Amino acid sequence: MLTLVGEDRPGIVAGVTDALFRGGWNLGEASMIRLGGNFSVMMMVRGTGDVTEALRPAAQSMGLHMHVDEISGDLHQHMVPNIQVRVSGADRAGIVAQVTGALAEAGFNILELESDVAGSRERPVYIMNIQGVTETTLERVEQALDALGDVDVSVSSIETLIG
Amino acid sequence: MAVLEILRIPDERLKRPSEPVEHFDDALRAFIADLEETRRHGPGAVGIAAPQVGCFQRIVIVDVSNTRKPVPNHGHMVLVNPEIVHWEGYEMGREGCLSVPDYTGNVIRATHIRLKARDPHGAALEYTMEGFEARALQHEIDHLDGTLFIDRVVSRRTDLFRRKVYQKGGAKD
Repeated sequence: MLTLVGEDRPGIVAGVTDALFRGGWNLGEASMIRLGGNFSVMMMVRGTGDVTEALRPAAQSMGLHMHVDEISGDLHQHMVPNIQVRVSGADRAGIVAQVTGALAEAGFNILELESDVAGSRERPVYIMNIQGVTETTLERVEQALDALGDVDVSVSSIETLIG
Repeated sequence: MAVLEILRIPDERLKRPSEPVEHFDDALRAFIADLEETRRHGPGAVGIAAPQVGCFQRIVIVDVSNTRKPVPNHGHMVLVNPEIVHWEGYEMGREGCLSVPDYTGNVIRATHIRLKARDPHGAALEYTMEGFEARALQHEIDHLDGTLFIDRVVSRRTDLFRRKVYQKGGAKD
């Protein structure tokens, strides 16, 4: 698992993936996004040799921090989310910890979480969107999140259409 | 009856537009029986379109009466030469496809549609549908036009409100 982070600029993805391609590395699943002026890359790669060496010149020239973890994961391990949780409220410390703590207690497995701070500098609003999978009922998840008075939480089921 | 082979990406034939059915005969109905058996054979498919089995005729089957949470539905529908005549509203929902194994993604679809079609004997049908059933119909009719849901996938960060009316051939600005 390859993690790269650095100040955002055009050409990061192209530079990184070109270096990997030239080094004979194969890309798997990836998630890349701009967060607060930084660009972050998380990517499964497969190959032989030292991926750090293959990437060093590109990473250095673009000012990217790099981190490599050997993982045993594989492709085609997707889980399909069945519950979606949307959270929004005036920003304060602890929203994510409280929401995800309640979810974990209810046996909810987070597959994807994205959050943003919207609003303005004076009145920031925290917005979070979680998709995950659980065997408990939607009502049970709702109950688990009931106590979070000052943030709006909505729980809905995701019915994936196969056609 | 037989389970037919499903075409899977990157099979170019999935991009081929289908032709309207002209003969409402026994051969058509026999094919529809096979298509239905193929749909039931797939893992939890609520719909199937003829081009997914390499038959480029405008035929779809949709049945959303068996979802985990019940949704408004018209039961089992076989629709020949279906045509959406009215779209309204839009929302994001998660889709997968028998022709795209091991992948699901978010797609924006109209929430309410009105549709005209023929039944397997050529009789005229008309439906007004909403939500999940309307989504299923749009997904299947896309197949008849050579479009897959992966051609319409959007990021969940996509701002729904920036998009305007859903039109045939894609959400256009």
